[in-house]
Amino acid sequence: MFRTLLKPFTRFFEFHAKTHYRAERHSMALSVGIILAAGVGGFIEIAPLFTIDDTVEADPDMRLYTPLEQAGRDIYIREGCYACHSQMIRTLQDDVDRYGPYSLAVESKYDHPMLWGSKRTGPDLARVGEKYSDDWQVRHLVDPRALVPESVMPQYAFLLDTALETDSLPGRLAALRAVGVPYTDDQIGSAASDALGQALPDTERADGVLDRYGDETNVRIFDGRSDRLTEMDALVAYLQILGGLTDLPTKTQPARGEE
Amino acid sequence: MSVKERDPLSGHETTGHEWNGITELNTRVPRAVWFFIAVTHIWALVYWVLMPAWPLVTTYTKGLLGYDDRERIKQQVLTADAEQAEWTRALATLPAEEIRQDAVLMARVEQTAPALYGDSCAACHGSDAAGGPGFPSLVDGAWLWGGDAGTIMETLRVGINAPHPESRWAQMLAFGETGILTRPQIRTVVDYVQSLSGLDTEAAPDRLAEGETIFAENCASCHGENAKGIQELGAPNLTDDFWIYGGDDASMFTTINLGRQGWMPAWEDRLTVAERMALTLYIQDLGAEQGE
Repeated sequence: MFRTLLKPFTRFFEFHAKTHYRAERHSMALSVGIILAAGVGGFIEIAPLFTIDDTVEADPDMRLYTPLEQAGRDIYIREGCYACHSQMIRTLQDDVDRYGPYSLAVESKYDHPMLWGSKRTGPDLARVGEKYSDDWQVRHLVDPRALVPESVMPQYAFLLDTALETDSLPGRLAALRAVGVPYTDDQIGSAASDALGQALPDTERADGVLDRYGDETNVRIFDGRSDRLTEMDALVAYLQILGGLTDLPTKTQPARGEE
Repeated sequence: MSVKERDPLSGHETTGHEWNGITELNTRVPRAVWFFIAVTHIWALVYWVLMPAWPLVTTYTKGLLGYDDRERIKQQVLTADAEQAEWTRALATLPAEEIRQDAVLMARVEQTAPALYGDSCAACHGSDAAGGPGFPSLVDGAWLWGGDAGTIMETLRVGINAPHPESRWAQMLAFGETGILTRPQIRTVVDYVQSLSGLDTEAAPDRLAEGETIFAENCASCHGENAKGIQELGAPNLTDDFWIYGGDDASMFTTINLGRQGWMPAWEDRLTVAERMALTLYIQDLGAEQGE
């Protein structure tokens, strides 16, 4: 029966076999063939994601990373935090139970590059913002085992002693604008000052941050020291905003325990 | 290309290649391989029809089964909620004393609370709930804001010094840095406070008397005239053995000089009412087990 089913396709199979037989004797033809075959995956599965309407959810209230948070994000990447921590709560019940509403594409809209990750040596960090205090974050980064004895996380105490380099922030923001993050000229121009202001509450600089990035912005002394702006300030500011750029996930997903 | 040759032993054609007398056979692809290729192709066709598969320009084929990850997880969460509703509703609505009378409910608390504690609370308060420098112990019976179920529930809901709009708020002022007390005055009042809790202090009686005056003028408004703390203000009792930031000279000097301000996160958005009640009962029991 199988043979009868395949019969109409016999010519196709024979043609395919012959072409293949010929192609594998010509290295260039074979290379072109391989590139075409491998390219199909990209063309058909990836390219349309840029035109399909509901790939990225719409959220007009989506907040931007402030320069300090963006600097922290760059430190997060530099230190390879993504190698052990994912930022992607999957549509699985145990993920949702532990970490909260599953991640939406819009939450990574301004992430260049995204840091979803696929391996969890440590916990997922997609919604870790405000889960622990600034003080806890700082002390945990300085010496993870002082707070969590069974932790295998490396120490990042040097962040507390390393002054944050802010001169390149306008350039970094401009680069992000070039790939679609809607920073204004004003935001780019005052990026270095805003990075300082976000860690100096009740100053004129801090008011500038609130003006440019909204009143919801966390303006605090993140590392517990008001005398200098450190990489610890930046990293903690970034960790504390994770999951806080938009409240779309909590608005669109049913809350647990409230049938 | 050479003229087709046939290998006399196997009967297969050769590719025409020859290396030092060794020729390469052009064996046919085994039938089983063709079979599996055919099966996977048919499976792909079936899958395309049933499941979301092909991207179109602004949308995609949804598939006959209408499968959707987000719809599935939504149903799973709702189903799980419904299955647990009987006891979560009881935990969320009944008063703590009544829950304690109910063995079935308490079994649920013992089942769920340790995991909740481990994920949410242990990071600061420690997996043994004994706290650490800056993070209060939950088993020492010394409560900053009160240890009854209602108070713990509220502390869990709004947090302390947290970004929650109704958060509890408390701050130890920086008496030294703001110039209210001089350094010798701070040292004097440290001696006095240490004497209150029976810590070994060699201070002379007149020094303690001076410390008492400084305490009455500066500290008593929050910590109370008898230094036993005021729970409505979250001001700790200074006459007991429990210290959040340490009871030694250096720690206490820093506390009074630079001030202190803890931060307990608010859990209203992360934990349900039932989960917070389970945690409340759990940490009350932890304290009781360890003899308060």
